[in-house]
Amino acid sequence: MADALLTFTDRGIHCPAGDFHIDPWRPVDRALITHGHADHARPGHARYLATAAAAPVMRHRLGDIHLETVRYGERIMFNDVAVSFHPAGHVPGSAQIRVERGGEIWVASGDYKLENDGLSEPFEPVRCHAFITESTFGLPVFKWKPQAETARALNAWWAANAANGQATILGAYALGKAQRLLSLLDPDIGPILTHGAVENTNAIMRAQGIALPDTTLVTPDLKPKDHPGALILATPSALGTPWARRFAPASSGFASGWMALRGVRRRRAADRGFVMSDHADWSGLNQAIRETGAERIFVTHGYTSIFSRWLADQGYDAAVVQTDFGGESLDGEDAA
Amino acid sequence: MNRFAALFTRLDQTTKTTLKVAALADYLTEAPEDDRLWTIALLSGRRPKRTVTTGLLRTWAAERASIPLWLFEESYPIVGDLAETIALILPPPSHATDLSLSHWIGVIRGLSALDEPARKRAVLAAWDQMETTQRFVFNKLITGGFRMGVSQKLMTRALSKATGIDEPDLAHRLMGNWTPETQSFESLVLTPDPSADLSKPYPFYLAYQLDDPPDALGDPAQWAAEWKWDGIRGQLIVRQGQFHLWSRGEELITDRFPEFARAADHLPDGTVLDGELLAWKDGKPMPFNALQKRLGRKTVPKKLLAEAPVILRAYDLIEHGGEDIRQTPFIERRQRLETLVGSVPSDAPLRLSERIPFTDWSHLASLRQTSRDRHAEGLMLKRNDSPYRDGRKKGDWWKWKVDPLTIDAVMIYAQQGHGRRANLFTDFTFAVRDGENLVPFTKAYSGLTDAEFNRITAWVRKNTLERFGPVRRVRPEHVFEIAFEGIQKSPRHKSGVALRFPRMSRWRHDKPVSEANTLADLKDMLAAYG
Repeated sequence: MADALLTFTDRGIHCPAGDFHIDPWRPVDRALITHGHADHARPGHARYLATAAAAPVMRHRLGDIHLETVRYGERIMFNDVAVSFHPAGHVPGSAQIRVERGGEIWVASGDYKLENDGLSEPFEPVRCHAFITESTFGLPVFKWKPQAETARALNAWWAANAANGQATILGAYALGKAQRLLSLLDPDIGPILTHGAVENTNAIMRAQGIALPDTTLVTPDLKPKDHPGALILATPSALGTPWARRFAPASSGFASGWMALRGVRRRRAADRGFVMSDHADWSGLNQAIRETGAERIFVTHGYTSIFSRWLADQGYDAAVVQTDFGGESLDGEDAA
Repeated sequence: MNRFAALFTRLDQTTKTTLKVAALADYLTEAPEDDRLWTIALLSGRRPKRTVTTGLLRTWAAERASIPLWLFEESYPIVGDLAETIALILPPPSHATDLSLSHWIGVIRGLSALDEPARKRAVLAAWDQMETTQRFVFNKLITGGFRMGVSQKLMTRALSKATGIDEPDLAHRLMGNWTPETQSFESLVLTPDPSADLSKPYPFYLAYQLDDPPDALGDPAQWAAEWKWDGIRGQLIVRQGQFHLWSRGEELITDRFPEFARAADHLPDGTVLDGELLAWKDGKPMPFNALQKRLGRKTVPKKLLAEAPVILRAYDLIEHGGEDIRQTPFIERRQRLETLVGSVPSDAPLRLSERIPFTDWSHLASLRQTSRDRHAEGLMLKRNDSPYRDGRKKGDWWKWKVDPLTIDAVMIYAQQGHGRRANLFTDFTFAVRDGENLVPFTKAYSGLTDAEFNRITAWVRKNTLERFGPVRRVRPEHVFEIAFEGIQKSPRHKSGVALRFPRMSRWRHDKPVSEANTLADLKDMLAAYG
């Protein structure tokens, strides 16, 4: 039997015929990158290929790399292998990578979500024979509410805090989640202040033409008193630190898919948990897989063994693949 | 149930006591009286009886969610809470309604009269008209594991805020043998009739732990000392020729301890004693599990009664001649108690918990070191002029326990916790060395900081050797100091011992497995302290 179109090695997902890797975690010659999160776009590769929209963040994070860009849907040949990038809906610029050779099609989806968040290029189902899927939230207890509903709860919480003379501190990953939240906030409620890590990504996205509300960077000499009713958008790791405490009295919140679980919510010691993820929920994963028409499913990062058993129950040829991808971390690291 | 679910959410969203009390006080002011009463009942541990097994609930939920049961069972340990797993897994309601808390408790109570298909229909119909939080609360009620992060003390404070009645007074009104079926909000809280419940106990006064030497307590002449017994706290009530026995958990346990009829015969009506229940034989306390056996039986066979007779070592008198004397100074209550118990024949199961004479604090400290020889856990210190307060209050009563016993053990199994600790490995099994083997001898769940639990969780994920359902066998690499209060022989454990209150007192990063304690060390401890 000939080599499979994509194989799984200790460096990452490999295409022997096209001689490239997808989101490799150890240095390779040619790396195709689905999106700029740290567990997918790693340093040390000789050549990078990503979508034009993912490039600015990657350059910011990885420095002076040899990076070529493609448009969504553009076809590129590596030997006799045709490669194209298709929107994954995860964060702006994120892509599923379609790989075709001799009529056989594989798709490596990286991280994805189905709901249109208004910021990322909306997820597009891609027909294929074999589909590589994440399973971060691959359990039937994870079901996201429509984004608009979470946005209402978020703004209501902020408005109530502002009315109580409290600041509002919201923790979210600096790349993607923070900008998504920004786009949902109602700037009429009050000023929006940002942590440096969040503001860096904001600047990059604004520069590439993504509209975000006005924000003020929190600098050491900023006086919280001058910004009554403010919402402070910070990284998760900044919650509960002296940096955050200077805004007291404040109510703190955290936005993540993990907030669906009461135990995690309570442990996080934030006052409020908002259920919002850039990963597909249970029905999203199932719908995405169905719409690919694929028969072979490779399950990576997340509840891999449970989700692949479920897929096998549904008649798929499903297998677990060990990767170094992190998914949406429970520990609050910026890996999502 | 929307109002109750909203209360639940408000309580859940804050860790601040003042906000919790405010949320509850609002509810106890605004909600319908029946719902208020049920809320008070739930928060004081009075739950509706379990009318459906959790096995059936799991099956019905999986079926309704169109998922196989194995997938439900895999999801449960990750969520860490059965009621929550069910609430999350079900499809959205087809028609949400807003019926009262009392209504749904009525439905749950009514299930016991139905056959299984009718129960199933009723539960599915309930789920189908509730949003996630309502469902979660409903499932908590039906599975009987209801907690809201509000202690009885906080609930009493909120109720005081809502009604304007003093907290100690309310605490007393809420004690005893009532249920929402036998009482109304009016008759329980607002206008109680003290003679209506002859078995009504007083709220127990609980001591704080003394961590520093007692010198800071001032003049030793102002203090009384007693041994701290390792039994369970009990309140013996004699009124109108009947006796009632309450445990500290506010459980009426009269029927389990018929021997106290003999003591009650010799006590005048209108007497309430506070003391320690102990299994007692040959002039000394028996191991705690002898008492546990007695507690586990609703009725007592003669054989068990003879094997493990129970006595009360009385240390306080809180009602005398039908009069509530809680405000009388301790030293005077104590004198009355001594007179009262002195008139009871010595074969009745009632003894004084004697006072320990001491000259100064260092004298007392040396007496404390002899606690284990006297089968005591340490000392109790009570201020001579202290009233009998309610609940845990600082200042007048202290427990001064002996230092725990400790042993260095190797972690060999790990399991994830529940609730707030879901997704964290917090439940561990420990072993001692026996030649080349590791012999498990205890489990422990507490004692580490959140940061340490996070650290050990990350380690467990990377160092799992084998899985047995939710239990993981891990690389035997970490040594922990296990602290415990007592050690007893136990044929049920592989190691032959059972520990009392084991917990992790220290993570011994400095110790390799080869320096952990051995089975022989454990057996020496059993010989010395068992």
